[in-house]
Amino acid sequence: MSDHEYTPKSKVGKWFNDRLPLLTLANHLTDYPTPKNLNYWWTFGGILTFCLITQIITGIILGMHYVAHADLAFQSVEHIMRDVNYGWLIRYVHANGASMFFLAVYIHIFRSLYYGSYKSPREVIWIIGMLIYFLMMATAFMGYVLPWGQMSFWGATVITNLFSAIPLVGDSITTWLWGGYSVDNPTLTRFFSLHYLFPFLILGLVILHIWALHVPGNNNPIGIDIKKPSKDTVPFHPYIVIKDLFALLIFLIIFAFFVFFSPNILGHADNYIEANPLVTPAHIVPEWYLLPFYAILRSVPDKLLGVIAMFAAIFVLVILPWLDTSKVRSTVFRPIYKQFYWFLIADVLILGYVGAMPAEGIYLLIARVATAYYFAHFLIILPFLGMKEKTTPLPLSITEPVLGGSADMAMAKNNSDYKEKL
Amino acid sequence: MSDSDKKKPNRRDFILTATTAAGAVGVGAAVWPLVDQMNPDASVKALASTEVDVSSVQPGQSITVIWRGKPVFIKRRTQEEIDSARAVDLSELKHPEKDEDRAKDPEWLVMLGVCTHLGCVPLTDKGDYNAWFCPCHGSHYDTSGRIRKGPAPTNMEVPKYEFVNSNTIKIG
Repeated sequence: MSDHEYTPKSKVGKWFNDRLPLLTLANHLTDYPTPKNLNYWWTFGGILTFCLITQIITGIILGMHYVAHADLAFQSVEHIMRDVNYGWLIRYVHANGASMFFLAVYIHIFRSLYYGSYKSPREVIWIIGMLIYFLMMATAFMGYVLPWGQMSFWGATVITNLFSAIPLVGDSITTWLWGGYSVDNPTLTRFFSLHYLFPFLILGLVILHIWALHVPGNNNPIGIDIKKPSKDTVPFHPYIVIKDLFALLIFLIIFAFFVFFSPNILGHADNYIEANPLVTPAHIVPEWYLLPFYAILRSVPDKLLGVIAMFAAIFVLVILPWLDTSKVRSTVFRPIYKQFYWFLIADVLILGYVGAMPAEGIYLLIARVATAYYFAHFLIILPFLGMKEKTTPLPLSITEPVLGGSADMAMAKNNSDYKEKL
Repeated sequence: MSDSDKKKPNRRDFILTATTAAGAVGVGAAVWPLVDQMNPDASVKALASTEVDVSSVQPGQSITVIWRGKPVFIKRRTQEEIDSARAVDLSELKHPEKDEDRAKDPEWLVMLGVCTHLGCVPLTDKGDYNAWFCPCHGSHYDTSGRIRKGPAPTNMEVPKYEFVNSNTIKIG
């Protein structure tokens, strides 16, 4: 970073900082120049950090009371719910916290899609973000297995069986993952071990994610490059800190609503029945945040191709910076892409809906169309649209359209979207 | 390194290659236990066979027993079910197998009660063939446990089993 030289005021501070420049880092984070037009969609980074820390703290506490054994796990969760002081609260925060984490991450991802935050020079931030997202899904899946209820068991069976689709070595891989010939105690104990590990890997990646962000600095709602520091920026503290805290407060109200008023609404009643390897629940559904991918998996009639399609749906996001050929970042200046953006949102919501429905009849048909559109959006629409689309003129700076003295003045007045983001 | 060195490996190159190769073997040997510990352990493998008393199973009835943590269906088929399984033309099947090869004693069908799609347990006497139907992703199996419709790629697996006597089946 090209930060100005920082010298701590106190003698002790200077002594310490010369040996480990933590104070320089703190100063960088405080003064970090931020575009002054960041809107509330930019507060989800802070919210996500909060979610991760909450999951780690509640998770460590749950780990003190939980027993990772096929015969005892289900009862130990009930023990947490009934006997442990505030155990119900900590478990409900952890369980609903996972859902809130995904809610926030989806908003964060779609924010990037709208404002083109994944484009040059921020590709690495985006790819690290996708790795975090992938690890989040793995962590959430393994965490859902730990209570050893019916959905835990059968969800684990279905997901680990995905690997059996791999030609030749598939069966050996699933046996290796299970540590047996079916999902059983060895599977549970290793899932517990990894479920404990992964959040710390995510934490490490989050640090890299923020580090990579601080190299080019934040994107912003109009997506233009800005000079830093300049009239277009404000220091991170106190401006962004206060804004992030306010958004977090609103987020916490929603979080608390789920925890205190409907803690089980996002779960499945079947998971309060202890795992039974002889009876599959009539309707297996993953947690809501995995439904779109589940719909893609089921929409392909072939086992191997279904698994490939599901993983491709995630991988296509990783290579997104190179699929979107448009040089203009923000959707504000891309009138046609804006419509496709909302089509994509609708498409993902539809996939989520049909993922929760039985895979037959009209639902299967809808899932197939929506799956085809999902891939078409990324592999056909984005590359071609970027070359063909006529974008509206970009302002030279964030301040320029507001202060006038520019031909773009009219745009600032006419483009309601633009004004709203300002 | 000059051109002549590249063309003709000297003793130093040999030592470098040999050391790297030995190092790679060493690392591999050290990592293998870390990977292999996840495979089924001795106590899991020890549960490899199960004996089942089937004397009380009536024709048309099916029982489910656990073998290696998985359900095994033991179905005493009616003559009607046997006939319908044997009448099928193999060319109609996604995974062609003769019923004669799946059920040595036509009356007894023994197979893993695990859908070959993603591992759910199919429901008995359900589905288009009034045999097995997997509720997870809609696979239909016939009275021989062969996949007829739906996403499952293969027939339900027949484990190794034998009749110890006329009343007892040993699986595994």
